[in-house]
Amino acid sequence: MNNSKRTEKVLVCCGTGCVSAGSEKILDSFKKKLSDSDFDVKPTGCHGYCQQGPLVVTEPDGVLYARAGEEDVQEIVNSHIENGKTVDRLLYKDPVTKDPIPRYSEIPFYKKQNRIILRNCGYINPEDISEYEKKGGYLAVRKVLEEMSPEEVIGSIKKSSLRGLGGAGFPTGLKWEFCYNAKSDQKFIICNGDEGDPGSFQDRSVLEGDPHSLLEGMMIGGISTGAVKGYIYVRAEYPLAVKRLNIAVKQAREKGYLGRNIFNSSRDFDIEVFLGAGAFVCGEETALIRSIEGQRGTPRHRPPYPAQSGLWGSPTLINNVKTYASVPNIINNGTEWFTRMGTEKSKGTAVFSLTGEVANCGLIEVPMGITLREIIFGIGGGTTDGSKFKAAQIGGPSGGCLPADMLDMPIDFDSLKDAGAMMGSGGLVVMNENTCMVDIARYFLEFTQKESCGDCSPCRLGTRQMLDILNDIVEGKAKPEDIELLSELADGVKSASLCGLGQTAPNPVLTTLRYFRNEYEEHINDKLCRARKCKALISYKINPEKCTGCRLCFKNCPENAIEGEAKKTHSIIQSKCTRCGICIEKCPPKISAVECYAGVE
Amino acid sequence: MQDLDNILSSFEGKSGELIPVLQKIQNELGYLSEEAMLRAAEFLNIPESKVFGVASFYSQFRFTPTGRNKITVCEGTACHVKGAKGIKEEISRIKGIEDGETSSCMEYTLEGVACIGCCALAPCITINDDVHGRLDKKKVSDILKEI
Ligand SMILES: Cc1cc2nc3c(=O)[nH]c(=O)nc-3n(C[C@H](O)[C@H](O)[C@H](O)COP(=O)(O)O)c2cc1C
Ligand code: FES
Repeated sequence: MNNSKRTEKVLVCCGTGCVSAGSEKILDSFKKKLSDSDFDVKPTGCHGYCQQGPLVVTEPDGVLYARAGEEDVQEIVNSHIENGKTVDRLLYKDPVTKDPIPRYSEIPFYKKQNRIILRNCGYINPEDISEYEKKGGYLAVRKVLEEMSPEEVIGSIKKSSLRGLGGAGFPTGLKWEFCYNAKSDQKFIICNGDEGDPGSFQDRSVLEGDPHSLLEGMMIGGISTGAVKGYIYVRAEYPLAVKRLNIAVKQAREKGYLGRNIFNSSRDFDIEVFLGAGAFVCGEETALIRSIEGQRGTPRHRPPYPAQSGLWGSPTLINNVKTYASVPNIINNGTEWFTRMGTEKSKGTAVFSLTGEVANCGLIEVPMGITLREIIFGIGGGTTDGSKFKAAQIGGPSGGCLPADMLDMPIDFDSLKDAGAMMGSGGLVVMNENTCMVDIARYFLEFTQKESCGDCSPCRLGTRQMLDILNDIVEGKAKPEDIELLSELADGVKSASLCGLGQTAPNPVLTTLRYFRNEYEEHINDKLCRARKCKALISYKINPEKCTGCRLCFKNCPENAIEGEAKKTHSIIQSKCTRCGICIEKCPPKISAVECYAGVE
Repeated sequence: MQDLDNILSSFEGKSGELIPVLQKIQNELGYLSEEAMLRAAEFLNIPESKVFGVASFYSQFRFTPTGRNKITVCEGTACHVKGAKGIKEEISRIKGIEDGETSSCMEYTLEGVACIGCCALAPCITINDDVHGRLDKKKVSDILKEI
């Protein structure tokens, strides 16, 4: 392909995913090779398509190179940049037709998205404030300072129907209004960047890819509620996000956008970055506040809500990263523009981390109300290797597993809640026939049980009891009546726990019981795990027709559970076998004589 | 101890600084020794029991030294679905250490972590600050050979 427009910019993704695949070397190499030309070579934040990384994009022609390597840089420079001819070998290929797709915007993964919160991620250098400004950054906050009263700003946010993207979907405008109305000489504003849901990374991508949009959203929040000091609470497990946030804050201070008399106005506002210390429960707002105060992160009873009494007893506005990042857009483009997207009760977009057994993993932004089918099969390109779809887990430890017959449900805050799941922070993990639903329920409960702060007994003891039962089930020791007991316990924990952690912890169990009860029954009654995940409920056998007696399994079995002579068929002594699976790994792929079965004899 | 005084000198001594103080100590010394926690309590003017109470609440803090190389296995949902358990077992087998343990030569520490935010590259691990993604047992054993 020949380009009509000349390449002017080379953007190299330097999000955590692409860095792990070696993108920094690619960046350096481009910089060196293009050092004496007027090409702009820039590191950017995450494009969301980490699976195809390292990603290199050229602008303005919008060509995307996937899985490029340092050794490919010279060819891209010679062919594409100097002669306008794309390097077809390195283009993204359609997974089905195998045809190369040169333009970024034509790739199905991107074509069906609606990137608003993520609009700058992958397009600007997050470590350079002027790039954010070139994209219209910091205009909204100027408008708020110069032209709008706090009531007008809060009115706009209310009218936009923006709902909190931290999980529960509380109306943002209302929360701002509560905080504005609270009488106090001192108010605080906090950004919740704890992102505790294991298996999601959307907040990380915003922090790494477009930190200034968050700062701007917080400035607007601070100015309109009367807070002069802000905190960004971010996970210590995200070192790159922490680094970029600190750079962003520093640059904003240097420009006079943070500190005293911001933007030459009469207002003061400053932001401090606070590192979390690894506790899931600190994502809960009252626990997070205690954590900033230097205490154990245990949630407290609400009311009073943080908007009335939060950090050090002062009214405190607390929102998620994506909620704040949405605000400048709404101020700039108007509420009508925003409400055009989404469903009746959930406006705007949702950001999901699409992962698990799906062909295209990555970070996506879609309008509220899209169906799971459009996400998984449209954007995600279907399940890995065309395997059979079994379930989608939405919302992490507070969410639930939805079965195939819910693929056509439009998803928004309310429909997910009705289905027993939750938007949560937006983790979306696709599962196929190789995933055991009981194991997944057990996995999440083990997580919440471990992360329970231990203050209230329904959560501390209830999750423990539930986990014991689930362990019994996967180990083949449970009794049929345990299912009833499990669901009774789940209802108890849900209704009696103090905070959201306990109140939602049973969701993964309840949804799998609701939609995949047969798997529980098979585990208990038939001693069978159909996904062949639960070791106690599977068996290995050697196929006598295939076994050549090479003795590899015999030699490697740690339990001496294999018998047979050299060059003769081997077999497994079931009473000694611990189902460690070493035999199946050691059996040469050409032979593949060891087979794994669901169920035990 | 000289080191501790240096570390503490960048703080004001307000009780709200407890977590950043502990983080800085751990960054510099690798773990929270009893001596360090006692000094922190004195410096911030809070009871020692509170320092330990807070430190033991958060999973980031550790009370024993780590090995020179820290291997962290992601146990998040995406990684779990893609076989993180097997990866961890393989590392345990090769290095002879279980979750949370440090090898006797002080060379390696193995730990699980909730999620490192590279879910699209599941299953993944970090070795010190480097993320390694899209792993299988073979790749893990190759990577471990290099450190
Ligand atoms: C156990 C638990 C974990 C939570 N984790 C997070 C989180 O990681 N990020 C987040 O923004 N909100 C989290 N929340 C929700 C917060 O308590 C709070 O509702 C949210 O930060 C408000 O912001 P929003 O209105 O913008 O959604 C969590 C809640 C609970 C109960
Ligand atoms: S689940 Fe492993 S990186 Fe997120």
